[in-house]
Amino acid sequence: MKKRSFIERFAAVPHSVWALLFIVAPLIFVVYFAFTDTYGNFTFDNITMLSSYTHIFVLSVCFALIATVICLLIGYPLAFFISQLKPKTQKLLVVLLMLPMWISLLIRTYSLLALLDNGGLFNSLLEKLGFERVKIVGTSGAVILGMVYDFLPYMVLPIYTSVSKLDARYLEAAHDLGCNNIKTLFKVVLPLSVPGVISGITMVFVPSISTFYISQKLGGGSFDLIGDTIERQFQNVSTYNMGAAISLVMMILILISVAVMNKFSDGDEGSVIV
Amino acid sequence: MDQNTKIIELKGVCKSFDDEPVLKDLCLDIHDKEFITLLGPSGCGKTTTLRIIGGFETADKGELYFMGKEISDVPPYKRHVNTVFQRYALFPHLNVFENIAFGLRIAKTPEKEIVERVQEMLALVNLKGFEKRTVSTLSGGQQQRVAIARALINHPKVLLLDEPLAALDLKLRKDMQNELKALHERTGITFVYVTHDQEEALSMSDTVVVMNDGIIQQIGTPEDIYNEPKNAFVADFIGESNILDGVMIDDYRAKFAGHTFECLDKGFEKNEPVDIVVRPEDVDIVDVEKGMLTGVVTSVTFKGVHWEIIVDIQNFKWMIQTTDYCAPDSTIGIYIEPDAIHVMKKSEYSNMFGDYSSYSEEFDELSDAEAEIEEE
Repeated sequence: MKKRSFIERFAAVPHSVWALLFIVAPLIFVVYFAFTDTYGNFTFDNITMLSSYTHIFVLSVCFALIATVICLLIGYPLAFFISQLKPKTQKLLVVLLMLPMWISLLIRTYSLLALLDNGGLFNSLLEKLGFERVKIVGTSGAVILGMVYDFLPYMVLPIYTSVSKLDARYLEAAHDLGCNNIKTLFKVVLPLSVPGVISGITMVFVPSISTFYISQKLGGGSFDLIGDTIERQFQNVSTYNMGAAISLVMMILILISVAVMNKFSDGDEGSVIV
Repeated sequence: MDQNTKIIELKGVCKSFDDEPVLKDLCLDIHDKEFITLLGPSGCGKTTTLRIIGGFETADKGELYFMGKEISDVPPYKRHVNTVFQRYALFPHLNVFENIAFGLRIAKTPEKEIVERVQEMLALVNLKGFEKRTVSTLSGGQQQRVAIARALINHPKVLLLDEPLAALDLKLRKDMQNELKALHERTGITFVYVTHDQEEALSMSDTVVVMNDGIIQQIGTPEDIYNEPKNAFVADFIGESNILDGVMIDDYRAKFAGHTFECLDKGFEKNEPVDIVVRPEDVDIVDVEKGMLTGVVTSVTFKGVHWEIIVDIQNFKWMIQTTDYCAPDSTIGIYIEPDAIHVMKKSEYSNMFGDYSSYSEEFDELSDAEAEIEEE
């Protein structure tokens, strides 16, 4: 084997130390807390008690799934549309799309709240136009809207990347063999952009399932998702163990879903490491 | 072969990219069942012509007729032509079978017929047993065959081939040339073939269309193109040639290199300046005293079948291909038969192609041009 230089050998040391301290160690703590009681004795009680949170898990998965599907339905056509424009326009639109990603999620969620609130801009507008105010904040629709609003760019960008990288010759070949534009989209563009779609789904689904502030702010406290539950457990020292157990299960859920997703892509360009 | 039915007609086709004219008033008839080759250096407009026929480009001006019908506005998927793309463009998400079956599936052909016809195609292109292979595991030659099968299975009236052999190595290219020619004869489909390789064009085609600068320089059979080039460009591009300045003194009498030769050409004005082409293999080497011209051998290169010698005759370097060895620096005489002299009218390409004094440089340029095409 080639002898590696000093720099090559030690370049990863800072991150290794970092990862050990702030990623590996907390994970060990999570596992430790999940299998112990308040006094530090080993127990399976936390895990067995999880059954009482089943409805929260189901609700969270449902919300995240719905948000992901909506993001996909909006995001794919948008990504495809952008990829068909002139290169300059494409660049501009991609920057516009990324712009919200540079702003804190928390701020974006608060601004959405300000828009949709009972006294917010949207309702004032409705009233001015002679309609009745509508209660939006506090409904499940608002929570899903928040998720879509916050995470849509994460769906569009990977899809846009894979669609715009698509070789024009494949499209010409499809046209040549009898495909009109619609058929070309379904027979060639869609299958060849699967890696981007998988990436997008993962990048929307994972933060959606674990979010807590979106449901807290836009759900008006009427929806308890996994994220909220975990947060609540960790606000009280006596429920650390329960919180750790829920976190552990959620982590395993996410890992399984990412693994399943990556099964669908070829595993080369599209696979996502969370 | 039925050479009388026109299957495709291009009339006055113009095309520019970013104000850069690529095709200038192009007129071309393609006959049913013929093997026609568009030949020219890179950037001559041959691929653009093919793409206009395929429907991937629209002409700025002019008409395109397919079996007598104007089809400029017909999208590619409704045209009865299929294309073999330069780098094949096989679908990476489909296996060999599905790639070949693609056109039939789109046409909603019954499954039983699809299986039959794909098998038939696989046999035609010698790829039996490759159905389940993914395209990325195939060699260049195999991908080429899949691309041909994928196009031919749709029974097109015309098959367009865009430099299909450019990415293959020499040996494979020769084999595929023979296979393509056999395929053309077996299927009876009109082949429109684009290449920058003159040898490929001459050996495969019924008709060769030599293009340069967006203009057709000459249309003819390979023999016509080689033996009767219309201008200095065609003479230079097709094969090797000694192109000299000359004067037509009278019918059947041409003067060049300080000597008056008998020739077979007539119909020029008296004393009209012309370009003279003499192919290197048509020059006979004789004793000095018997020679029409005499010169000094400046270089000798062994080419296997023949020797390629450069002879300096009155400061014009001739290339001569001969089976008789001549020593460098020896003085030789040359003799040219009347039928070896080809007289051409002066054109814009006159005097653009010098003698063989810079032969090696010219050769370098040639390989550069090919490298460029590889990159395209």
